[in-house]
Amino acid sequence: MNKLTRRKLITTGIAATAGASGLAVADRLARNYGLIPPDSGVLYGAGETLTYAAQRILTNHSLAREFPRSEISKPPFVNGGPPTDEVFRRLQEGGFVDWRLAVDGMVARPAAFSLAELKSYPSRSQITHLACEEGWSYIAEWTGVPLSHVLDLVGVLPKARYVVYFSIDRDWWDSIDMADALHPQTVLAYGLNGGELPLGNGGPLRMRVPRQLGYKNVKYITRLTVTDDLKRFGKGLGSASPEAGYAWYAGI
Amino acid sequence: MQNRAFYWRIRKQRKAGRCFEKRKGRGCAPTGKKEHARSFGGALDTATVLRVSSKDGANCYHFLVGDSAWISTSASAIPAATTVPARHSAMVRVTHWITTLCFFALLVTGVEILISHPRFYWGEAGNVNTTPLFKIPIPASRSTVPTGYGYVLPDQNGWSRYLHFQTAWLAVLMGLLYVSWGVFSGHFRKNLLPAGADLSWRAFAAAVAKHARFKPPDSSSYNLLQRLTYLSVIFVFFPLVIWTGLAMSPAIASVFPAMVSVLGGQQSARTIHFFVSVVLLLFVLVHIVMICLTGFKNRMRAMITGRDHE
Repeated sequence: MNKLTRRKLITTGIAATAGASGLAVADRLARNYGLIPPDSGVLYGAGETLTYAAQRILTNHSLAREFPRSEISKPPFVNGGPPTDEVFRRLQEGGFVDWRLAVDGMVARPAAFSLAELKSYPSRSQITHLACEEGWSYIAEWTGVPLSHVLDLVGVLPKARYVVYFSIDRDWWDSIDMADALHPQTVLAYGLNGGELPLGNGGPLRMRVPRQLGYKNVKYITRLTVTDDLKRFGKGLGSASPEAGYAWYAGI
Repeated sequence: MQNRAFYWRIRKQRKAGRCFEKRKGRGCAPTGKKEHARSFGGALDTATVLRVSSKDGANCYHFLVGDSAWISTSASAIPAATTVPARHSAMVRVTHWITTLCFFALLVTGVEILISHPRFYWGEAGNVNTTPLFKIPIPASRSTVPTGYGYVLPDQNGWSRYLHFQTAWLAVLMGLLYVSWGVFSGHFRKNLLPAGADLSWRAFAAAVAKHARFKPPDSSSYNLLQRLTYLSVIFVFFPLVIWTGLAMSPAIASVFPAMVSVLGGQQSARTIHFFVSVVLLLFVLVHIVMICLTGFKNRMRAMITGRDHE
C-alpha cells in the first residue's frame, strides 16, 4: 500500500510538472506566434484563446466564401442609422469631400486619404455574407480598396502587429491582427451592390472584415493606427467590444 | 456461462453456510415472484432471482440463467466471486458530469443568444426583411426584431457568447476524450453496441413494448433502446450540434466551405443547431425521468461513486 502510494505520488508529480511546463512552453510559443488575443485575461479568456489560436493556425490564408449575384439579399438590409451629430451632418452636406482617413502609428509615412484618393486605388468587389452576433445576416456586394494596399502606401513597420480603426462615432473602435489586416478580402468599403455605400450600411467608409462577425465591420471609419501593442488603447482589451462584454476576435 | 451469470457482491459471508446478506428489514421470506436482483439489497448484479427460500437458516436462491434455463442453488454452491465490477468506470463518471455541466451552461447561454433574434430562416442569409421559416413567439433582447411585444428584454449576449464558446471547447474536449477512450477500452463494443441478435425489428418492437408497459429491466446492462439512444446521442446528435455550431463561424466557413453548403447555408446551420439542441434537451429530460423511475438514489450513486448498490 505504501509503495503504491509513493509510486502514485511520483507519477502524479511528474505528470503535473510535465503538464505545467508543457503549458508554459505552449504559452511562450503562442505568444511568439501571435496566438493570444488581447482579451485573453477576461473571465472567459481561456475559451477565447483556444478559439483564436486554433483559427489563426487554420485560417491564415483562407478566403471567406463569395456568392453569385443571385444570392444578394433583397431588399438590402440596414441596421441602425448614421451618426446624428453636427460634425457628421456637416460632412454629409459637403458630399463627404472633406472626409479623411488618417493613418498613423507604426508606419513610415503617416498620411490622410480623401475618399476620392481611396477610390482611385485598385478596388476589389466581393459578394460576401455579413452575420451579426444577434443571429441575422445578409449577403451583399461590397466594393472598396484592400486595406493591404493602403498599408503598403504608408509603409507598415516590420514590428507592427495590429491595425486599430476608429469610427467618427467615438464609442466605436476596433482592431484586427496583421493576418486579417493584410488579408485580400479585408477592404475599406465605399460601395454596396454597385452603388455608393448607403449611410445606414456605414457609408461613406466602412471596414469590411468578411471572416469575422458584423460588429468587427466598424462603420464611418476616419482613422487607422498601426501598433504592436493594444494595451495602449482604451482599457487594453483590443477594442470597444470586450469593454462592452463581447469577444475581441469574432471569427467565432 | 454459470460464472458469467453470477456477479456477486458479497457483503457478509457467513462462515458456515456462506449465507448472504438478508434482504434489508424483510428477512428471507420465500417468494414465488420473479424479482430482479437489485431489489435484494444488492446481492446480485446480473442474474434474475426467481425465488428465495429459507432452509435451516441459510438462504436458497433460485436464479434465471440466460433466457429460459434456471437453476436452484444453496448459498454454498455459489461461486465465491467477491467483487462486482463498478457499474460506471471513472472515465464515464468524470466525462458524464463535466459534460452535464457543459450541457446546462450551453443551454442557458444558447437560449440567451437565441432571444436576441428569435427568428429562424433557411438558406444562407436571413434578417427581418426575410420571410422566416418560423418565429418563436417570445420578446427579444434587441430592439431590431419586431416581435409584437412592446418591450425589449435585458441583453445578455456578451457573456453568454463568451461562456457558450468556452463551454463548447470543454464539451468537445470531453467528447474527444470519452470517444477515444470508449473505442480504446472497448466500452462502446461491450456496453453500447447492441448484440447482433438484438438488431431486428422484432427485438426492437419487444423492447419498445416493454418500455411502454414500464417493465423493469432484466439485468443491469443497458437494454436495446438505451443502447440505441446513447449511441445516437454520442455519434449523431453531439457531432451534429458541433458541426452546425462550427458552420455558423465565418472563419471556419472560410476554411471548410462545404461544412456550410451541404447544410443549405449559414442560416440553415443555425436552424438545425436549434433543432438538434431541442433533441438533446428532450434526451436529457427523458434521461432524468428514467433515472427517477428506476431509482434516483441508486442511479445517482452509481454515476457518482461507480457502485450500484449500498
